[in-house]
Amino acid sequence: MSESNQRYIGQARPRIDGPKKLSGEARYAADHHLPDMTYAYGVFSTIASGRINDIDTSAAEAMPGVIDIFHHDRFPSLHRSPDNFANGTKVDEPRLPFEDDRIYYAGQFVAMVVAESFEQARAAAYEVQVSYRPDTPITRLEEALEQHKPTPDEGSRHERGNPDSAWKKAPQRIEAVYNTAMETHNPMEMHASTAAWDGQSGRLVLYESTQGVVFTRNTIARMFGLLQDKVEVKAPFIGSGFGGKLFVWPHAVAACAATRSLGRPVQLMVPRAQMFTTTGHRPATRQTLKLATDADGRLQAVIHDSVNSTSMLADVPELCGRCTKSLYACDNLRVSHATVPMNCGTPTAMRAPGAAPGLFALESAMDEMAEAVGMDPVAFRLRNYTERDGSQDLPFSSIHLKQALEEGARRFGWEKRTAKPGSMRDGDEILGWGVAACNWEALKVDAKAQVTLQADDRVLVSCATQDIGTGTYTVIAQGAAEALGVPIESIDVELGDSRYIYGPLSGGSWVTASILPAVAQAARAAVEELKGYAIARGGPFESRKKDDLSFENGALGVKGGEMLSVAEILQARRLANAVGEASTSGELGKAYSYRSFGAHFVEVRWDPGISRLRVSHVLSAIDVGKVVNPRTAANQVEGAVAMGLGMALFEHTEFDQASGLPVNNDYAEYLVPSHADFPDMEVMFLHYPDYNFTSEGARGVGEIGTTGLAGAVANAIYHATGKRIRDIPIRLEQLMVDDLAATG
Amino acid sequence: MRNFSYQRPESNHAAVRAREGRSTMFLAGGTTLLDLMKLDVMRPEQVIDVNRLPLDKVKKTADGRLEIGALVSNTALAQHPEVKTHYPVLSQALLSGASTSLRNKATTGGNVMQRVRCHYFRDGVSPCNKREPGSGCSAINGMNRSVHAVLGTSDQCIAAHPSDMCVAMAAIGATVLVNGPSGSREIDFLDFHQLPGETPYNEHALRPGELITHVVLDAPADGARSTYLKLRDRASYQFALASSGVIVAVQDNRIQHARIAMGGVGTKPWRAANAEQSLLGQPPGREVFSRAADIAFENARPYAHNAFKIPLGKQAVIRSLITATS
Repeated sequence: MSESNQRYIGQARPRIDGPKKLSGEARYAADHHLPDMTYAYGVFSTIASGRINDIDTSAAEAMPGVIDIFHHDRFPSLHRSPDNFANGTKVDEPRLPFEDDRIYYAGQFVAMVVAESFEQARAAAYEVQVSYRPDTPITRLEEALEQHKPTPDEGSRHERGNPDSAWKKAPQRIEAVYNTAMETHNPMEMHASTAAWDGQSGRLVLYESTQGVVFTRNTIARMFGLLQDKVEVKAPFIGSGFGGKLFVWPHAVAACAATRSLGRPVQLMVPRAQMFTTTGHRPATRQTLKLATDADGRLQAVIHDSVNSTSMLADVPELCGRCTKSLYACDNLRVSHATVPMNCGTPTAMRAPGAAPGLFALESAMDEMAEAVGMDPVAFRLRNYTERDGSQDLPFSSIHLKQALEEGARRFGWEKRTAKPGSMRDGDEILGWGVAACNWEALKVDAKAQVTLQADDRVLVSCATQDIGTGTYTVIAQGAAEALGVPIESIDVELGDSRYIYGPLSGGSWVTASILPAVAQAARAAVEELKGYAIARGGPFESRKKDDLSFENGALGVKGGEMLSVAEILQARRLANAVGEASTSGELGKAYSYRSFGAHFVEVRWDPGISRLRVSHVLSAIDVGKVVNPRTAANQVEGAVAMGLGMALFEHTEFDQASGLPVNNDYAEYLVPSHADFPDMEVMFLHYPDYNFTSEGARGVGEIGTTGLAGAVANAIYHATGKRIRDIPIRLEQLMVDDLAATG
Repeated sequence: MRNFSYQRPESNHAAVRAREGRSTMFLAGGTTLLDLMKLDVMRPEQVIDVNRLPLDKVKKTADGRLEIGALVSNTALAQHPEVKTHYPVLSQALLSGASTSLRNKATTGGNVMQRVRCHYFRDGVSPCNKREPGSGCSAINGMNRSVHAVLGTSDQCIAAHPSDMCVAMAAIGATVLVNGPSGSREIDFLDFHQLPGETPYNEHALRPGELITHVVLDAPADGARSTYLKLRDRASYQFALASSGVIVAVQDNRIQHARIAMGGVGTKPWRAANAEQSLLGQPPGREVFSRAADIAFENARPYAHNAFKIPLGKQAVIRSLITATS
C-alpha cells in the first residue's frame, strides 16, 4: 500500500475508547458485581522468611458475614502451571497460593477470608491470628550477594572477540559499578479478579486485570485441570499493567479456587500495599561495566556483567545486557547475567525489562568513557555508531540512531552546551545537559484477527488481545478503516475476551506490529466472502466473477459501474454478515536484526542553595519505523519518559532490614513523578518506515522511551554538579556530600 | 476497618456530650482517620462526625486576630483573602501540602490533629511506642530517611510531625480553642503538640473528650513579610523533607521582628526561638541568616538515613529568610 494514499495509518487520532473511559462506561475487573457475589480479602504474611506455626480462624469465623476462610490446611488441591511461554502458560511464580506452610516473602498470602461484603471480609481478615516461626530474612541485593553465589543465566550470555584482554591492552579504559533499585509497577488499577464458577456447566468466567486473556485462560485451565474452552477470561479495559499483569499471580488462582469451592462468584482485589509484594516488581541490579577505546575514541572492549535479585521461588534474570551487545560497534564484547535469591516476591518484566536498568549503566559508562577520551558525548556515540548488529553479525533492518543523535542535538541546541561541569547557570540554578541512546528489540508474535462486515454497514474487528491503555483499540480501528477504505467511525473493535479469535499478550511493544497485518488480511478475507455472496445465485452481481469486482470506500461493484454498499449486498441475500479471519506469523526474516533506536536529551536544574533538583526539559528523538498514530504514540513516549524519570530520581521499593517488611508500600511514600515533576517534553518521531520488518513498517513504541532516560538524567546531573552518581534513584543527599561534610 | 458506632450531632455541645467513655474519635475531613481505620491502625469504637457543627467560618476578631473554625477546609483557608493578604506564609504552607482533592476535604482542626507518617506506625505490626506503648521504636535503627525527625526526638520515637499548616501557625503564633466536658479553654499553639519524650503516645494537650473548635491566629506583625519554603524529592504531593516558614520585619536595614518555624525535621511543628533572637537588630544578609540556621539546628540529632536533613533544613531557613527580606 502506498504511504501517501493512507487515510488512517499514520494519522493522529483520538482514542476511540476515550468516551467510555471518561464517562465511566468502561468496566474494569473489580467493577463487575455479579448476582450472589461474595468478597474475598487476603491475610498477608507479616514475616519475610520462615514457617507458619498456626492459623487460628475461630474469632474471624464468628464475624458477621463470613462464609469461609482458606489457608494452607484448607485449600483445594490444584496443579501447577507448566510455565511454558510457547503454549501460553507462563507464570512468574510457580508456587501456588497456600501450597504449604512456608513463607518466602513478606506480603505472601497466608489466608483468605470470603464474606458477604468487602468490608466484612476485610474486618474478619484482621481477626485471623497467624503465628510464625520466623527466620532471618534477606531483602537487599548486597546482603544476598554476601550470602549466596549468583546463578549464571547461561542462555543470555554473549561473548565475541577477547573482551578481557582487549580491555587490558587498550590505551583508554574505565571500569565502574552501577546499582539500580528494586521498583514496583504502580498501575492505577490494582490487580483484581472477579471469578464465577458455574457448577452445572463446569465453566469458569474470570474478569481479570490482565495483559493477556489467552495466557490467563490457558494457565488457569491447567491449574484447575479444565479444558481451555471451559474457562473464559475477560479484560476489555485495564488500568494499565506495565508488565506486572502479563502472567497469573496468586490472587487470581485464589479467587478461582474460592468460587469453585463455594459455588458463588468471588471478587478479590489486591490491596495497594500488596501490589508491592505479591504481584511482581523490577528487581534490583548490580552491573559492572568495563569500557575501553583506542586513542580516537573507538570502542575496543565492552564488558557488561550484571546480577539481579530474584525470589526464593524462581530465577528471573533481568537482561541488562540485551542492548549492550549490539548498540555500538565493538569486536570484543561480553554481556552476562546472573541472579541471586532473597526474601521478596518474584520479579517480572517491568516496562523495558533489562533495557531500562541496562542502558542506565551502559549510557552512564559511555558518558564516563567520552570524558576519559576528551570527547563530546554525542560525538563519542556517533564515533561508535554501527549499522550492523555485532551479536548476530547482521545488518539492522532499519536504523536511524545517527539521525536521532544529530537531529535531536540540533533541536535541543546541544551546540550551546559547555563541557565543563557546573559551567551553565541560570540565576540560582545550575543547568546540566545530558544525552543517552535508547534501544529496544522490534518484536513480533503470532496473531489472528476477525473482521465482520455487518448488514448495518458497521464493521466489527475482534481479537483476544488487549488494550492496556496504549491505544490498541484505536490503531486496530485505523488498520481496519485503512484496509477497507471505510470511515473509522464505522468500525467497532472488541478486545480482551479469551473467546475471541487468538490474540497476543500485550507486552514487548509487539502488539501493533503483530496485529495490524492480521487485521488487514482479515479485512481482505471478509471482502472476499462478501464478493462470494454478491456473485452467488440471488446476489446483486450474480453473473460476475469475483475478480471483476472491487471493493472501494466501503462499497462493492464493477469498476466504473454501480457500487453497492455492504448493507445492500448482505440484505439482498438476507445475510447477517461477511466474516474474514486471518492468522499471521510472528516469524521474522533471517536477513536482518530488528531493533528500534532513539536518543534522549535532558536538561536538569540544580539549585545548590536548597539542594533542589528538577528535570526541566526532555527531548526524545524516536526511531520506531512507521508511526501508526502519532497522538497515542507520543503519549506512550511521554509516559515512558515519566517512568524513566521515576527510575532515575524517585522509585525504590524499600524493606526494613530487620523484619523484611516493605516500608514505602503506598502512594504517599513510594514516589513516582507527579504532574509538577513532568518537564517540558518534546517527542520527535523520525518517521522512517521499516518495510524489512512488516508490510506496515511499524515497530511498536510502548517501551523504548523508558530506555536510556535514567542514563541521560544521570549524565545531565553530572554535567550540572560534577558528581557521577552510579546508584539510582539519585537522591538529593547523594548530591549534598559537601554540605553533609560541612555539617560534620 | 472494624465496626464502630456513628453519630452526627448538630451542635458543639451535643458533640462533646455524645462521647460515651469508649475509644472515641471525632471525624472531620477523614483524610487521616479513615486511612488509619482502613489500615486497622486506629480502631475507634465510636466515631462522632462533627461536619454539621457550625465551625466553618473565618472571621476577624475585635483585637485584630483571625479566628478560623475547625471545619474550614485547607483549600478555603489558603484562598481566604485575609490569609492571602496578611498571612502569606500560611496560605503558601497550605497549598504546598497534599493534593487539591485532599486539601478540599482536610480541615483546620483535623490538620492540627494529623498523625505521623512513620511507616512502622502505619504498618500495624512493627514495634511502635506510639501505637503500642512499650513495644519499642523500629525507626530508630530502621529506615528513617524521609518522614523522621532530627529535632525533638527521643529514644522512644523519632517520627516527624507531617503538617505544613502547623509550621506556619507556629511561626505566626496562635491559640487553639477547645470545648470539652468541663467547658471551653484555650491552649497556646506552641504548647498544643507534645514532644515524644517517654510518652510518644501522648501527642497533644487535649484532654479526653475535648474538641478543637477554632484556631485563632495572632494579629499580623506590622510591616512583616512572610514566606514558606518546602523542600522535598519531588515537586508535589510529598511530605516535607525540610521546610521553613518565616516572618520578618526589617526597618532601617535592621531586623525588627523575626519568626522561624520548621517542618519535616521536628517531632512537632518546630519554632526556632533562639534563631529568631539572633536575628533581631541585625542587618539582613546571608551571614546573619546562616548563623540563625546553625542555631536553629544546634541540638539536632541525625539518624542513619536522615543526616542530610540538617544541612537541608538550614538551607530552607536561609533561603526563606533571603526571600522574605529581598
